[in-house]
Amino acid sequence: MTELLQQLINGLALGSILALIALGYTMVYGILRFINFAHGDLFMLGAFAGFYISPAVAAVLPGPSLGSGLVVLGLAMLICAVLGVVIERVAYRPLRRRPKLTVLITAIGISLFLENTGQLVFGATPKKFPEIIPVYPVLKFGGLSITSSQLIVLGVTLLLLVALRHIVLKTRMGMAMRALAFNPEAAALMGINTDWIVSFTFGLGSALAAAAGILFAIVYPSIDPLMGILPGLKAFVAAVLGGIGNLPGAALGGILIGVTETLVAGYLSSTYRDAIAFGILIVILLVKPSGLLGKKEIEKV
Amino acid sequence: MLEIKNLQVSYGAIPALHGISLSVKAGSIVTLIGANGAGKTTALKAISGLLKPKTGEILYEGKNIAGLPPHHIVKLGLSHVPEGRMIFTNLTVLENLQLGAYLEKDRRVIRRELEHVFGLFPRLQERQPQLAGTLSGGEQQMLAIGRALMGRPRLLLLDEPSLGLAPLLIKTIFEKIVEINREQGLTVLLVEQNANLALEISHFGYVLETGRIALSGESASLRQNPQVQSAYLGG
Ligand SMILES: Nc1ncnc2c1ncn2[C@@H]1O[C@H](COP(=O)(O)OP(=O)(O)OP(=O)(O)O)[C@@H](O)[C@H]1O
Ligand SMILES: [Mg+2]
Repeated sequence: MTELLQQLINGLALGSILALIALGYTMVYGILRFINFAHGDLFMLGAFAGFYISPAVAAVLPGPSLGSGLVVLGLAMLICAVLGVVIERVAYRPLRRRPKLTVLITAIGISLFLENTGQLVFGATPKKFPEIIPVYPVLKFGGLSITSSQLIVLGVTLLLLVALRHIVLKTRMGMAMRALAFNPEAAALMGINTDWIVSFTFGLGSALAAAAGILFAIVYPSIDPLMGILPGLKAFVAAVLGGIGNLPGAALGGILIGVTETLVAGYLSSTYRDAIAFGILIVILLVKPSGLLGKKEIEKV
Repeated sequence: MLEIKNLQVSYGAIPALHGISLSVKAGSIVTLIGANGAGKTTALKAISGLLKPKTGEILYEGKNIAGLPPHHIVKLGLSHVPEGRMIFTNLTVLENLQLGAYLEKDRRVIRRELEHVFGLFPRLQERQPQLAGTLSGGEQQMLAIGRALMGRPRLLLLDEPSLGLAPLLIKTIFEKIVEINREQGLTVLLVEQNANLALEISHFGYVLETGRIALSGESASLRQNPQVQSAYLGG
């Protein structure tokens, strides 16, 4: 029983991280109808941003402490938001009216570019991520152990989900995002500067990926320039599982994949842990291609 | 108020408008009638910036707006109710109306415009919290017009407001258009296939045939025109 509980908590922490990445895929898809395959690399860049700014933050705010950890998180999110906006502006926007395949291939190109540049600039060997928050067991009960880092992951994720929900449902910007996702022409006729909203969406999605990168590095403190590939792919599967374009779906998909993967690795065999997500993908594509919470595309009259 | 000179628009290599010219006087209702595929929607989309003209000028209050992005044009006081209404069916009625006033930041103004639209279409007031996709066709058309009015336009472009509606409802909608024009002096450019009604409520009309203006004149005289009668008025 404690073993199961432990696995569930571990799975929830991993799932939260995947959920944060998945949201970026699904937001961009909702608005531009394309899969931004470079999104996983922003997760990696988020972790490296944290790596490089944490000494500077530590100089001002002696750490590790919750406060300094959150400052590192916030700054990394900001840096990646800017990067995401820049990538969209220089790489994707010029292709807005081109076939989707062209944009997709460009996204793969950007992804390779970021990974290779990362290896060049950061070095290919894994780096130890500094301890930006104090890590200690918060709860020890029989075989069960919950660490402060796991709680941070869950807490920060919850906070970000609530904030995102507020932005999307309650703000003028969020309303514009939903309008644009539904019908770009009609949105433009409302006076919405659609380029602006696309930039905003990329910024928001990239910030969430950066947050995921930092949280991941807090739990698994070894980072390298290729670390975004696998979580990126799994988060993409999570977005498809939840119903691509659907925000609650992406969060749910991320959690489900994280939990399933952890349970399978814990109880069956850890050899297959990375295959779980893709097994799930194949099953959804066969059984419910629109995803758990996805609707069938509404036909435009 | 609006003066179009030699407007040409193409889809890829295929021309849809071969240089049309027309003008809309402030305070009037002007109609653009024509058969399916004549290019009416294309003309409205070029005016509101959804399509980039190949050549020609679109002078709105003396300023050439040809080729400007739609959100700039909306800001100048020009609202377009598109063909097929293009309601955000995934949003509520209230959210649709709020989006119509997207560029307005003063909440009091938005509140006032909302009251005004509800005064015009009381049905919308009852349905505020409902998803717009659950409205009937007629209600959706009211919402589309109400949404456009929320931006306090000075020129309203209407693309086939009668599309798919029962005759009685069409009459209601057209009465509202006349009311808005009379009481607020809102200038209207109305695209219609229902030439009968369009010529009845408008002051001036243009007949578009395969991308060219074939005829134009006072609406009353167009209705008497034998050519128009045989081609568009069913007799
Ligand atoms: N997106 C498009 N791509 C290519 N051709 C188009 C496109 N939209 C319209 N056309 C063509 O342009 C011409 C004018 O079309 P338009 O929609 O402006 O006609 P319309 O007068 O509004 O017709 P209707 O009364 O049926 O709405 C038609 O020949 C049409 O086939
Ligand atoms: Mg049309």
